Amino acid sequence: MVEDVRIYGGWKDELGLKVVPSKKIGKDLYEVFIGPQHPGSGHMRITVRLDGDIIVEADPDIGYVHRTMEKLGEIRGWIKPIPLFERMAIHDACNITMPYVLAVEKLMGVEPPLRAKYLRSLLCEINRIGAHLYGFAIFGVFLGHSTMYMWAMGDREVFIELAEALTGARLTHSYPLPGGARRDIPADFPDMARRAVNYMRKRLKEYEKIFLNNPVIRSRLEGVGVISKGLAAELGIVGPNARASGIGYDVRIVEPYDAYPELDFEVPVFREGDALARTMVRVEEIKQSLRIIEQAVEWLEKNPREPIVDKYLYGKYPPLHKKIMESEGRAKLLPISAAMKVPKGRAIGRAETGRGETIYYVESDGGVNPYRVRIVTASARNAIAFKYVLPGHKIMDLPAIYGSLDYFPPESDR
Amino acid sequence: MQEGKAYVGNLDVTAKRARDILLGKVPLDKVVDWATSFSLWPVHLTTSCCSTEFAATFSPRVDGEQFGALPWVGPRQTNLIIIEGTVTKKMACAVRLTWEQMPAPKFAIAMGACALDGGLFYNSYNIVKPWQVIPIDIYLPGCPPRPETLARAIVTLQRKIRSKKVASTWVREGWRGDIEPVIPKEDLCGWAAKSI
Amino acid sequence: MLQAPSRDYSSVLGLALEKAKNALSSKGIVFSVEEGKGFYDIIVEREYLVAGATALKEAGFDHVVSLTVTDYPKEKKFRLVYHLTSYLDYEIAGAIIGLGVEVPRSDRPSVPSLTQVWRSAEFQEREVYEFFGIEFEGHPDLRPLLLTPPVAELRPLRKDFVVREENIYEGVPKSG
Repeated sequence: MVEDVRIYGGWKDELGLKVVPSKKIGKDLYEVFIGPQHPGSGHMRITVRLDGDIIVEADPDIGYVHRTMEKLGEIRGWIKPIPLFERMAIHDACNITMPYVLAVEKLMGVEPPLRAKYLRSLLCEINRIGAHLYGFAIFGVFLGHSTMYMWAMGDREVFIELAEALTGARLTHSYPLPGGARRDIPADFPDMARRAVNYMRKRLKEYEKIFLNNPVIRSRLEGVGVISKGLAAELGIVGPNARASGIGYDVRIVEPYDAYPELDFEVPVFREGDALARTMVRVEEIKQSLRIIEQAVEWLEKNPREPIVDKYLYGKYPPLHKKIMESEGRAKLLPISAAMKVPKGRAIGRAETGRGETIYYVESDGGVNPYRVRIVTASARNAIAFKYVLPGHKIMDLPAIYGSLDYFPPESDR
Repeated sequence: MQEGKAYVGNLDVTAKRARDILLGKVPLDKVVDWATSFSLWPVHLTTSCCSTEFAATFSPRVDGEQFGALPWVGPRQTNLIIIEGTVTKKMACAVRLTWEQMPAPKFAIAMGACALDGGLFYNSYNIVKPWQVIPIDIYLPGCPPRPETLARAIVTLQRKIRSKKVASTWVREGWRGDIEPVIPKEDLCGWAAKSI
Repeated sequence: MLQAPSRDYSSVLGLALEKAKNALSSKGIVFSVEEGKGFYDIIVEREYLVAGATALKEAGFDHVVSLTVTDYPKEKKFRLVYHLTSYLDYEIAGAIIGLGVEVPRSDRPSVPSLTQVWRSAEFQEREVYEFFGIEFEGHPDLRPLLLTPPVAELRPLRKDFVVREENIYEGVPKSG
């Protein structure tokens, strides 16, 4: 190897051919690098060591989408991090910013009015359905089931339309604010939402026929990638993945936030812990989210419109802002919020995002910027599952396990 | 194969041979441009969160396949790379390696504000601008751009290939005439051999 | 199926704090409690960290939610807190209790690793190692997780690594 003719990403050898460094490993093991360019388009790499075609060791190499959220959150004031953190899980935007907003609300001591709470929960559930459908679509790609990709992606557009009607953006809603929400529902929204709910209920029955009860899919998922209840607790797996292993844990129930205490819904829990159970949990969750959307829309329709920001903050609104709120139902940000100061303290905010519990630890030193924002997202906590669940499986089961964990790298890497 | 080495091949030599066989006698320029422009297959390399809109472009609603574009698995069978958003320092290595494995003529679309000049993450310590890594044909703004925007970018790229005869020039001369090749200034994969 | 019960988070948190306090004092561990909004932090001395973690694990806190580190350059210390909660013990499920330690800001700060106690801390400890440069003694596989080695050497989440935010008037010449 000629060191001084090092070219991009490797060296040139004596023949002038390009060489990239490779590692020496044990005699009977093969080391296979999967990703970051791989069929499922996940932006992560897994290094697996194989004995024959059995995985003996897996080492998830994440961080390909680390965009320094925690550091940038420390320098952009208190309001600007909301659109920033949204980029972690762009199709789950309301859910992923909710915990930050809740933490800042705890520090500021403001409480949104009930109508704003219902609006936020409504968007969160629309996002949850969108996130699960996106997960199904990618799962379809992993399993070579193109129909599932097309169907789930097509049906996801229904809920994106719904979110767009509510907030004005397809994905990046920036909807929750400390002490309120951004917009009230438009007049034709309840009708749209009910039609979307009915449509999705009908489609879920068709999904069962073509995907969930498809013998090919079932044989690839049943009994594959089993996570026992004890292992799930030991690894700290969250969200639908934990609930598929028999852990009845949902932030909407253990620490109810927003309008969830008022709403009637159930949290599906399965005991099997395999890839199929993880898929079934998501299907059941979509059904529950549809129920919540119906209830929220009904409540919003029945109750009179009111200002959707905290009373104390609304008192500070200039007349023009008040007029916009009354006529359009739109909360404009106060000019002072650019240099807003938040009382000293530490707070933890958390919410159940599409992929599980997300935690924000926010520390304020009383200044215009957060002193520290620690973010632990659901995917970041699920990443460890790759290391401990994959060994013992055949390499052909890797796509099924990867897809069923519904791992989203931008969310995980922060 | 020697210990500690892996060969990634030399595509330029192969492309030159194919060129000699194909274009030895017959003028095929128009056919090459036409055929390339309607078979732009993007590779499955997602760099960031714009991938959700990339996926939506190939969903039934926008249906990117109607333009002859079909996302495909391996870099060896594809000729288009769509940079979806931010490229981090770790990902830059993968982007360049994927780009080098794709056969010429090949094209690149930079999608989203982050791919233009950093976007929301302009002052982040872990990002690289895609134009420092590979030559970009089309930039599309937006955070994220709508799927229709990406569909339009693909159509614009098709027009560009036909009107400027990019593909046939590339096949004849070994490099396209209109833009300079990009050679990364820093060693993008240097970290792979390093440990702390 | 879980039905939403009427659950009062603050009483659950109070119960969890009592349980954690009892577990620690029965082992003779000295600690101080700091209150945050929605959680409690129990700060112990460095030599009690592993014993305290074992006691809390026995008390039912079965996984680490977040390994939170904050840098205080003025006081020359890092505040390192393992935020814990429980899945399997329904009484305290969801209540967040932190087990923390203060690490002096020396050249090579280090603390004992708790990976042997909580497997879920493994990746988070690797993350703290690359972002703050705190070494975890006894960690089975201490490598950078998210960053490339050259970036990890900068220790980006320490307060002395400054990222500048551009002013909106940046580059605009002053009038006159």
